[in-house]
Amino acid sequence: MELKDQVRQFIISNFYVADPAALNDDASLLDAGIVDSTGVLEVITFIETTFGLTVEDAEMLPDNLDAVNRIVAFVNKKKGK
Amino acid sequence: MCGIAGIVNLKPGLPGPTREALSKMAGALEHRGPDEFGVYRDSRAGLAHSRLSIIDLSTGQQPLSNANGQTWLVFNGEIFNYVELREELLQLGHQFKTKSDTEVIVHAWEAWGDSAFDKMNGQWALGLWDSANDVFVLCRDRVGVRPLYYAEQSGRLIFGSEVKALFAGAPEMTREIDPLGLDETFTFWSVVPPQTMFKGIRELEPGHVRVYRKGELVRDVAYWEPQYPEGQAHRFRGTLQDATEALSSALLEATKLRMVRADVPVGSYLSGGLDSSVVTALAKQAKPSGFKTFSLRFADAEYDETPYQRAMVARLGTEHAEIVVTRKQIADVFPTVIRFTERPILRTAPAPLFLLSKLVHEHGIKVVLTGEGADEMLAGYDLFREAKVRRFWAQSPKSTWRPRLLERLYPYLTRSPVAQQALTRQFFGRGLERANQPGFSHEPRWSGTAALKRLFSARVKDALQGRDTVKHFLASLPSAYNRWPKLAQDQYLEVRTLLSGYLLSSQGDRMLMGNSVEGRFPFLDANVMALANSLPPSYKLKVLDEKHVLKRVAKGLVTEEILNRPKQPYRAPDALSFIGADRPEWVDEVMSTGALESSGLFDPKVVGQLWQKCLTRSDDGQFSNTDNMAVVGIASAQLLYRQHVLAPPSTKQPVLKTLIER
Repeated sequence: MELKDQVRQFIISNFYVADPAALNDDASLLDAGIVDSTGVLEVITFIETTFGLTVEDAEMLPDNLDAVNRIVAFVNKKKGK
Repeated sequence: MCGIAGIVNLKPGLPGPTREALSKMAGALEHRGPDEFGVYRDSRAGLAHSRLSIIDLSTGQQPLSNANGQTWLVFNGEIFNYVELREELLQLGHQFKTKSDTEVIVHAWEAWGDSAFDKMNGQWALGLWDSANDVFVLCRDRVGVRPLYYAEQSGRLIFGSEVKALFAGAPEMTREIDPLGLDETFTFWSVVPPQTMFKGIRELEPGHVRVYRKGELVRDVAYWEPQYPEGQAHRFRGTLQDATEALSSALLEATKLRMVRADVPVGSYLSGGLDSSVVTALAKQAKPSGFKTFSLRFADAEYDETPYQRAMVARLGTEHAEIVVTRKQIADVFPTVIRFTERPILRTAPAPLFLLSKLVHEHGIKVVLTGEGADEMLAGYDLFREAKVRRFWAQSPKSTWRPRLLERLYPYLTRSPVAQQALTRQFFGRGLERANQPGFSHEPRWSGTAALKRLFSARVKDALQGRDTVKHFLASLPSAYNRWPKLAQDQYLEVRTLLSGYLLSSQGDRMLMGNSVEGRFPFLDANVMALANSLPPSYKLKVLDEKHVLKRVAKGLVTEEILNRPKQPYRAPDALSFIGADRPEWVDEVMSTGALESSGLFDPKVVGQLWQKCLTRSDDGQFSNTDNMAVVGIASAQLLYRQHVLAPPSTKQPVLKTLIER
């Protein structure tokens, strides 16, 4: 499965997104109310367990976590290191 | 305390209400008043009453009339200043048959009309039938301690303390969940009166009087509205020390009144927090020996406050009883809880309180004092502090240190310094440009909750047609709202939405009356509220110190630990209560695809994803706030459908002690 599909699949099932077609890959998940402050921790756990990565404190930023495309870019960057 | 109900013909030519229908209405409210039942009926109107005897045990039967038998009343609640009002009415030449507060209301209405209600200091819901003038009146106390519902159906007005009484008295009435009620619940955490969960049924707004004359509605108006400072008007003029002394004496008077105006023993809840500790300490002054207190403990340490409760018991020397509540008990009792709330809830917190009032009942106590209302009247909630910080931040949105004040409210935000700060800014920084607009304080809560509307079924979404519930609600704010201090505006919104709709109802009256126990709330005394509302904001929220003036009152009344402890919101295990391997059968039944399709309220596929996620989590995992609200909200709405829509209305007819037929 493509990385982006994997991330989308996780967001859709874990946060029970009712209308997957309407989930914009660039839109803020926090602003949409899909992810709340505890939900961010679920996103981090997903990244760490699925891809074997460690998310450092300093990386827990909206820029890295708060949209499907942002998560994809972040994971790619981490993997490339 | 009691249950009231009735039927009034609004159109001529209809048959009068039957004894059977009225008896069934009283029977449906038996838990509210198991001691005696009464019915009055004539050719146009009928009143029903179930009584919990607290004052004037031998002669306080209802329905009750004035001297010439033309005006009849059913009444639920207490008028704490009835002795003073009775005296005033005697001076005006009124004569009384009984010593009850109920009779005072009939005479007060005769003497003063609508303005009688603003003279009353108490907690009530009532129906008054003036047969000579063909006038019918419904009225409810200032903030909605006592419930009152009504429906206009086929030319008749049907009313009652609980919705179940309306269904029992008019079983032909459609029983259907109103999508607007769901919409409000999944925004404000509760329906907000006059909206209810049932199509065609309304809740009389707190502080309102609704009057019919010759079958026509002539007014439904507020006889009372809260007054907050407007410039120099309605403003307390003394120093902080003056305010401390004034609040201290108003609270003592309010507590005493609630102790003295009862012919049965009064006890008190002790949560371990500041508010109930203050109330209990004041009550103990009024009744030094044999005073009973009751506490709720949790098997889950996270929610438990035992050490603080015990410290107050040791200090005051009360006769103390307590229960320890487990997740399993919460799940087991939850269907009963929803039978009484008659509305969905997003928290399980009412369930332990139902178990606590059962303990009170088993100890033979009919009346308890609680600290309810202090957080609303004196600004105790984090939400008020959060709004203050967000407004301060909005004055300089680029500031990096202003939002760091949020860490003082929510210490968990400091755990991962770099990270959480950025996320915190993202989360709390939304809509800063609306800092001066109505609803700013509640926007994070309301919008976060409303995101759960994605769980609604296509049918419910269609019915709502993208309705903007918040905008609709904000359009109903009083004209003075914009002239009030910001803190007062925030307090007002909290009182209107959460105090009346949830805390006093789902978590208050319904959980208490479910076990025939009456709650009394000194912080919601008319004089205490008027004083609290008049105080300058800085007396209540001093910088970020919540309930500042109350803490000054509490010095010397409560232990140092309670005075200095961080505020702990009352919570119970939510989704965690419903996912254990030992969960009761009803949980899987109502969360099943079949049950979801049958109610048509939620999308079975989306709920399935949520439920699967919950069940596969370990038992001790922390659920997010969103997941907790979703699970409890869906389960309770499903139970509401099963118990109040699918199940037939109550047909129980109790033996009537009072029967007047004319």
